[in-house]
Amino acid sequence: MAAKTPEQITVDLLRPLSGLSGRYVLAVAFFAGMVVAAVCAFFHQVYAGLGVSGLRTPVFWGFYITNFVFWIGLSHAGTLISAILRLANATWRRPVTRCAEVITVFALSIGATFPIIHLGRPWLAFFLFPYPSERGLWPNIRSPLLWDFFAINTYLISSVTFLLLPMVPDFALIRDRVEGVKKKIYGVLALGWTGTPKQWHRLETAMHIMSIAVIPVAVSVHSIVSWDFAMAPVPMWHSTIFAPYFVAGAIFSGIAALILAMALLRKLLHLEDYLLPVHFENLGKLLLVMSLLWFYFVFAERLTAWYGNESSEMAVFWTTQHGSYSPLFWTMVTCNFLIPFPILAIKKLRTITGTAIASFTVVIGMWLERFLIIVPSLSHKYLTYSWGTYRPTWVEITITAGTFCGMALLYMIFSKVVPIISIWELKAGQHLKPHAVRLVVRSSEAEGD
Amino acid sequence: MACHAENNISTVGEEQAALSRAKHWIRVERYYEGEFPDVTVKFMPVFCQQCDAAPCEPVCPTFASYHTSEGLNGQVYNRCIGTRYCANACPYVVRYFNFYNPVWEKPLHLQLNPDVSVREVGVMEKCTFCVQRIKAGEIQAAAEKRELKDGEIQPACVQSCPTHAMVFGDLSDPESQVSRFARSGRSTKLLGELGTRPKVNYLPRDSWHGSEDA
Repeated sequence: MAAKTPEQITVDLLRPLSGLSGRYVLAVAFFAGMVVAAVCAFFHQVYAGLGVSGLRTPVFWGFYITNFVFWIGLSHAGTLISAILRLANATWRRPVTRCAEVITVFALSIGATFPIIHLGRPWLAFFLFPYPSERGLWPNIRSPLLWDFFAINTYLISSVTFLLLPMVPDFALIRDRVEGVKKKIYGVLALGWTGTPKQWHRLETAMHIMSIAVIPVAVSVHSIVSWDFAMAPVPMWHSTIFAPYFVAGAIFSGIAALILAMALLRKLLHLEDYLLPVHFENLGKLLLVMSLLWFYFVFAERLTAWYGNESSEMAVFWTTQHGSYSPLFWTMVTCNFLIPFPILAIKKLRTITGTAIASFTVVIGMWLERFLIIVPSLSHKYLTYSWGTYRPTWVEITITAGTFCGMALLYMIFSKVVPIISIWELKAGQHLKPHAVRLVVRSSEAEGD
Repeated sequence: MACHAENNISTVGEEQAALSRAKHWIRVERYYEGEFPDVTVKFMPVFCQQCDAAPCEPVCPTFASYHTSEGLNGQVYNRCIGTRYCANACPYVVRYFNFYNPVWEKPLHLQLNPDVSVREVGVMEKCTFCVQRIKAGEIQAAAEKRELKDGEIQPACVQSCPTHAMVFGDLSDPESQVSRFARSGRSTKLLGELGTRPKVNYLPRDSWHGSEDA
């Protein structure tokens, strides 16, 4: 990377923004088609009733809430990781932060739709908004669902800000290099950025404040998501371990999603010179730590439940351990620990392919984890006569698949309009003194003019 | 049947019932003991326990599930947006969800009780202790300028039970029959160890042959 001049960096990283290949259009069309299918499935559900899903008494939450927790968890990739790396001044983070922050914004937007998709009467979702109404009612502040509402909106606003702030200098760079309508659009997005020392100073201050502020917000969001479960007297839900367990799981799945996205970007956008093996190596180590932490949490949760030997909890415990949910449970353990642990622990295997494979299994495993937290508990509550089961229908499967395709679609479109690696931060990283960086960036922008 | 007729509870059909979506506000749970052919069956009617510390109430984001001034667990259908959180929180699994719009085959639509609202798709419902009868009884007594008599108000299940296995009354009146039953040594609460403080008291025979009273 040291061999690259600032101009080369600019040219390399702006290349993906111009031109459309046939493969790209085809992939966008496919993903968009899947999203449309999911939207159709949702409207079918609104029209016919929630009966078209597989939900039933007593399993009132299924795929939708699994997806909700999964996507909100995935959103911890970005903002949290990039904020921590920024504050820790980890220099290797520079090409990684933006890919991560984008995952946060998109995953959060997708996750936030699920509480609405799963409602019995989604057209009344606005009842959750605190606004003066003829009903004379505020929403119930005691309900964890309302905490969710506020936590997710706070997180969404702060992570969008966190993503947009460092994009401003890059927008200015593009503005200075394109013509016509594009110039106007990027000009608006650049917010009049000219690269004066005052502007750089303000950007740095703002990023510093946001990096600090966003960490407690991210932690609180997944704690609150966990309390949707932990606050209810349901066997294996009503546990104090849930908040940290969920936050750890969220960061775990977030890092996995980030590595996966980076591996794909590297291949598809030819960023081999920017996303280097060292990035995958470092993120792989983080993933290893989180894998161990995840295993520790699962072990602690399971051990205390088993040792406590409380009859209603044991029903849930055994159904996941060697009952009807055990195939899923052991797949989860394999995906989250047995496969990734050796890959990530052995230095030889901690390659780009290795970390990508481990990340792929972790994403699957973490989805299963959320499912296994929700469904076995609900189907095995206290009165054995009312035990039940759950089987998803095509509607839920289509909507689930649609959101994964939606994520891919959003990511593809984003990488077409914004450089997926922060150009100015990368340039800044090449120099030791920040002042020198500013001069270089500004002079290169002046050339663009 | 009495409960379905009184409270306009729609039937969901064979196929949906097999999917465990039937709405039986009062459900007679059957527990079997012993090996065939030496089997005993124990019955236990389970319906909304009208808990004093009800897990369903605080979790509702829109106050659809709330505590009335008389101590009932109210359910305001118009406020319900169908998060189904209340049903997950309820340890007794006595909350029923309308997965589809209710349908009554003709001429059954003519027998709907005008005192009870019909619930649309996406709304949670449950036993109300026949709140419409309680209200009607109170209004009647007030109009006649007198106190309610013990046993004057009967929910449909209590009224229709041929063996008088269930008793309904005012727990805040120490002289009522339910209060006397509740004080008797036989009284026990279903899943009382969870701290939900249910208002329904069960009076088991020797071990726990299910039955009895609210």
